[in-house]
Amino acid sequence: MTLFETLSSALRGITANKLRSVLTLLGVMIGVAAVILLLAVGNGSSQQINNLITQLGTNTLTVRAGSGFGFGGATASEDNSTKKLTLDVADRLAHSGLGHVDAVVPQVDTSLTVSSTATSESSVSLIGTTPNYFTVTTSKVGSGSAFTTADVTSAAKVAVIGSTIATELFPTGSALGQTISVDGTPFTVVGILATQSSIGIQDPNSVVIAPISRVQRSYTGFGAISTMTVEATSSADVPAAQGEVEVMLDQLLAYDPDTSTANAPYTITDQTQLLQTAAASAQSFTVLLGAVAAISLLVGGIGVTNVMLVTVTERTREIGIRKALGATRPAMLGQFLVEAATLTLLGGLLGVVAALIGAQFEINGTQPIVLGYSVPLALGVSVAIGVFFGVYPAARAAAMRPIQALRSI
Amino acid sequence: MTDTAPLVTAPVLELRDIHQTYGAGETAVQALRGIDLRVERGDYLAIMGPSGSGKSTLMNLLGCLDIATSGQYLLGGVDVSELDDRQLAKVRNRQIGFVFQSFNLIPRMTALANVELPLIYGGVRRAERRALALEALELVGLADRVDHRPHALSGGQQQRVAIARALVTSPTIVLADEPTGNLDSQSTDDVLGILDSLSQAGRTIVVITHEDAVGAHAARVVSIRDGLLVDDRRNRAAGTTALTAASAVVSAGAGR
Repeated sequence: MTLFETLSSALRGITANKLRSVLTLLGVMIGVAAVILLLAVGNGSSQQINNLITQLGTNTLTVRAGSGFGFGGATASEDNSTKKLTLDVADRLAHSGLGHVDAVVPQVDTSLTVSSTATSESSVSLIGTTPNYFTVTTSKVGSGSAFTTADVTSAAKVAVIGSTIATELFPTGSALGQTISVDGTPFTVVGILATQSSIGIQDPNSVVIAPISRVQRSYTGFGAISTMTVEATSSADVPAAQGEVEVMLDQLLAYDPDTSTANAPYTITDQTQLLQTAAASAQSFTVLLGAVAAISLLVGGIGVTNVMLVTVTERTREIGIRKALGATRPAMLGQFLVEAATLTLLGGLLGVVAALIGAQFEINGTQPIVLGYSVPLALGVSVAIGVFFGVYPAARAAAMRPIQALRSI
Repeated sequence: MTDTAPLVTAPVLELRDIHQTYGAGETAVQALRGIDLRVERGDYLAIMGPSGSGKSTLMNLLGCLDIATSGQYLLGGVDVSELDDRQLAKVRNRQIGFVFQSFNLIPRMTALANVELPLIYGGVRRAERRALALEALELVGLADRVDHRPHALSGGQQQRVAIARALVTSPTIVLADEPTGNLDSQSTDDVLGILDSLSQAGRTIVVITHEDAVGAHAARVVSIRDGLLVDDRRNRAAGTTALTAASAVVSAGAGR
């Protein structure tokens, strides 16, 4: 029996029962597509997190006023026994010659109404800081320029605004050079931030950044600052820098962690800690999706197995007839092997195509990224299942004496 | 080729003390209990017996569809029990044409494709295969039904397709297991007519039946009962005398 005969015989077998063949194909297709696509979604979301980590930079530390993760710096350090985190403290920290610290960026935060002649936005985050904020943090100036050290010294009424604020306040034209009113005080827009992707509930593009001296004078007062961003000399030096900063701050704030009964006046967080948590949750998300995908592949495989077993059982008689006419075992096996392989391979390839098309679309805010290994894995597993359960019972039937196969219905 | 009977012509098939037992222990059923049989080339043999007599078991052994528990089966002088799976497949393909009571055509294939099937396994080329299959279908009077599938054919037509399939490889022997068992009387006459003409053309034919009318067509009738041959006679129509000694079948049958 030639290869061509085997092929045409197998194809006749496939087309003879179209519904059964289509169901098999569909089972494999859905299984394969689900595995590839779900893994791609999981992979896409963890890639997203990884991109954010790189974007943020891993060589910065955040020093917050108060103990714990409170975001309101103004409410911290109400305990009078220790000194507060002030601009002066930040200044002295920056100039204390710490070996692993490159820069210290002080920051005060508040939330105010910002308006242009056209419209106004309430509860906009206002950050007062120094020019090196734009080099140390991920907020980069997209157009225009940052304010200068001179602006800080003179407490100039200039601001760099986020891209969301820029388009909301000035929907028709550029915001650069325009005047905005922050709680009644006019500021000149000198720069617009480059758009950043969001990692939390707060939109990082909805922000107004002004010289810290001006913000303190007009809004927050000259008391405590809310945060300092400390830039370490490199990401490897972050732990060393953290130690140095702790020692120095304890000294500057006259705080002894061993004897003091008061809460710590500051908290240091590694910028990446939050993101590592996010990355970990993305990882478990991927694992979860992978499990769901594996189950769908299994269910698809069971479907294929079922169809194949039924096919072979109902065709045992045919195997008997063919053997009575002089078919050899290899010829019978070849026919069923080609049949099963054609069906599952075709279904698998259709599944791959479906998954690749599906991966072009954003799913639930995540752009799926197809994992290279998932394609041969999904295809291989489904084809292996289909071929095994297509061929194994056929092999048993082909090994029977013809009369045994003929007697079975 | 026993010691007592000198070889005159090699018999097409020869059974020596064939036993067939199904199951084991107390539930074992002895279907055949020592069959000796010799069939000469060109003979037309009918094996008759009531149901349960073991005639179907015997037929399955003759067609190499089953293997005897003990005894020797020589087909064209070759001991079949010595053959492996591949060689058995070849014997079924080249030497035996089997006609089943229930036709056993493959439903999704046309009459022509069904008849071509043994040629495919025999490795015959496509063009030659087609010509041989058409010729065989013409012989059974179905030249105008070649593209019909089995379900579009009557029982008699299906059985004629099955006969064409059995003939197409020019086998040494045609075996028919109750070929008319599922047919009406008109189709029965058609099928028996075809078998008769095949016999006249020189084919060796073995038919299993429980109908006397079918047995009457054969030149030689062997009766089987409870797994033993009990009668072996020549029909007068075939011009030979009846022979009754079952145990002497082997030696007495030689040279006829």
